[in-house]
Amino acid sequence: MTDASANTPATPRPGKHAGSLLEQNARTLRRNAAERRFRAYGLSAIVIGVTALVVLLASILSQGLPAFQQTFITLEVHLDEAKLDKNGNRDIEEIKKVSTFGYAPLIKTALSTRAGELGISSEDLGVSDKEIAAMISKEAAAELRRFVIANPDRIGETVEFEFLATGRIDGYYKGRVTMESAEKDSNISPGQLQFADALKEGGALSTHFNWGFFTMADGSENRPEAAGIGVAMLGSLYMMIIVLVLALPIGVAASIYLEEFAPKNWFTDLIEVNISNLAAVPSIVFGILGLAIFINYAGLPQSAPIVGGLVLTLMTLPTIIIATRASLKSVPPSIRDAALGVGASRMQSVFHHVLPLAMPGILTGTIIGLAQALGETAPLMLIGMVAFVREFPAAPPEGFFDPASALPVQVYNWTTRADPAFVERASGAIIVLLAFLLCMNFLAIILRRRFERRW
Amino acid sequence: MSLVKLTASALAIAAVSATAAAARDNVQIAGSSTVLPYASIVAEAFGENFDFPTPVVESGGSSAGLKRFCEGVGENTIDIANASRAIREKEIQACAEAGVKDIIEVRIGYDGIVFASQLDGPAFTALEASDVFNALSDKVLKDGEIVDNPYAKWSDFNADLPDVEIVAFPPGTKHGTREVFEDKVVLVGCEQTGAFEKFMEANGGDKKAAEKACISLRTDGKAVDIDGDYTETLARIDANPNGVGIFGLAFYENNTDKLKVATMGGVVPTTESISTGEYPVSRPLYFYIKKAHIGVIPGLKEYASFFVADEIAGPDGPLAAYGLVADPELAATQSAVDAEAVMGGM
Repeated sequence: MTDASANTPATPRPGKHAGSLLEQNARTLRRNAAERRFRAYGLSAIVIGVTALVVLLASILSQGLPAFQQTFITLEVHLDEAKLDKNGNRDIEEIKKVSTFGYAPLIKTALSTRAGELGISSEDLGVSDKEIAAMISKEAAAELRRFVIANPDRIGETVEFEFLATGRIDGYYKGRVTMESAEKDSNISPGQLQFADALKEGGALSTHFNWGFFTMADGSENRPEAAGIGVAMLGSLYMMIIVLVLALPIGVAASIYLEEFAPKNWFTDLIEVNISNLAAVPSIVFGILGLAIFINYAGLPQSAPIVGGLVLTLMTLPTIIIATRASLKSVPPSIRDAALGVGASRMQSVFHHVLPLAMPGILTGTIIGLAQALGETAPLMLIGMVAFVREFPAAPPEGFFDPASALPVQVYNWTTRADPAFVERASGAIIVLLAFLLCMNFLAIILRRRFERRW
Repeated sequence: MSLVKLTASALAIAAVSATAAAARDNVQIAGSSTVLPYASIVAEAFGENFDFPTPVVESGGSSAGLKRFCEGVGENTIDIANASRAIREKEIQACAEAGVKDIIEVRIGYDGIVFASQLDGPAFTALEASDVFNALSDKVLKDGEIVDNPYAKWSDFNADLPDVEIVAFPPGTKHGTREVFEDKVVLVGCEQTGAFEKFMEANGGDKKAAEKACISLRTDGKAVDIDGDYTETLARIDANPNGVGIFGLAFYENNTDKLKVATMGGVVPTTESISTGEYPVSRPLYFYIKKAHIGVIPGLKEYASFFVADEIAGPDGPLAAYGLVADPELAATQSAVDAEAVMGGM
């Protein structure tokens, strides 16, 4: 501008270019205002984004953190020989014939006895025998039965157990259930809550950290307090193993070939375009593909991590290929030329020099691809993984073929349940999932920062 | 070269996977989301009390479940389809074409369908089928004429109902509940108001067309189909003080601290009033077993017998506690399961 005006001969148009540096004319004011506006837009965009994130995190954390705590009732149960082993011969097959329905009365008796010791009168509180029994999770009978079958020699003894309290009682100590809501609730009465308070005073009821949330399988609608993410975490882990083992070698091999060896022609261009397109294909499409190919055609089992892993591999491959090619491209040609110049073969130059230099980028891409796959739900719906699964899958490789759930799927599953206690569980599972994703992304950042070389 | 080895082993795993798929040892179930809670309760108790693994239960809706059920016979197809309605003739045919010929039908009990509003919302104490028809149908009878639904408030056609805007959340068409809602409420209301006859006249005596006209709901935003689960309906009602949702009885029973239930014909829906037939809107729940899988999939028959056993599906069992209306003819169902009686003597 100044150069141009200096070259133009005299008679500058007054008022247009003449102006003081100290006094802003209308145009400068306008431009500055425009800049301020733009900054304000940018800032408000960030504020909106951050607020949304804070609100989301706050709501998830406030709803989900209670899931890591659970209310337990400690009881001394007399393992009545007359009920559990009528013939008294400790034959495991005969003990197994007593179903969980046979164990429930033992627990009820234990609770009534404990209440009697603590001087709690169920009549005063207007709590019936049935309501007392309903205060302990239905999981308790199953727990007791498992214990007896594992230790048949302890029948006849009195053993101390820590049982889960039912979901509503647990909700009372987490503020989800109040005396007022219990009035209207058909599943809990204020009397039961007072009973629970008295138990707490007597030290029989306590709320503490709940490892079961991580180790137990899903629970049915009757026992939200016993629901955990054990099977889901294992299922997700198995799928991630499969994705890693399949997608990383295939993806890296494909990229190395395309980048270093393949001739540049219309065919490789076509492949390149298709890979980029695949990366943008909605994940549900891979689910449909998985159902058609892996289950209907190849005959793989439904709900199994192997199918989920294969489907997610297909989904992750383009991400890994694109990341790998980018990091191979960023290795300067001089490295290759130098290697070739001292007599290395092309393969040696790639595997000895280019690939190690590209490794941080490849691993970063892989981890981000894995993180994406970990949070994926849509394709898993079609292959039957959105299911009620209680059996833990076996150790790999057989376990890959056993039914399992997955973390995001478990979240979805719990949000559709009737009992409000599952909302808390779902948020708890979201927190765990987010923690995993954060760790993976953090690892990716560290790898990039520590090992990536720039030229 | 470790990369090459890795790739080779990965391919080997993929190859093994194609062959090792044999011998499934757990029962697989899919279908109605209404039956899902019951099925999962039974599956859980079954896994605890037997040496068989816990069955895997999937949701997805009655129609979707039956469709997968009818895909064929074999280990990579499901063994049991849960349904909140009876299997249709068309589905039986589709099954037969795919080789699923012997189907065992098991009725597990009844489920009530209830209308409920927010706990602090309007009270519907005088709801009749005709009111639901008037509120939600696309075309109604007014002054002896078929007109586009003109009503904006419940009190517009029944002074006993609250003076609030009509907003209802019926289940979407993929749900079995929708069919019962149409057949047992809207259609009944259509006949009660006399609109059915008018529709018959308009369609030249074509009964099917008249029924279709009856059950087509209004599309002006006052009846919003909910394709998701009841939790979605509950969320909609939470956000809408005047909203009326349609739920299964069990869902309502588990959320009595949030919902206010509407009476139908003056009867409050409970498991008792439904089992006596006083409360009019109920439907049977079923599951269907592939007979060809019995003996192939371990635990399949045991699961079915366990499901209909008195201690589970009886009036004092855990299913009734959850909201299932026990079937008075449970004994007949038990013996049918024991005898593996297939449908319709086909």
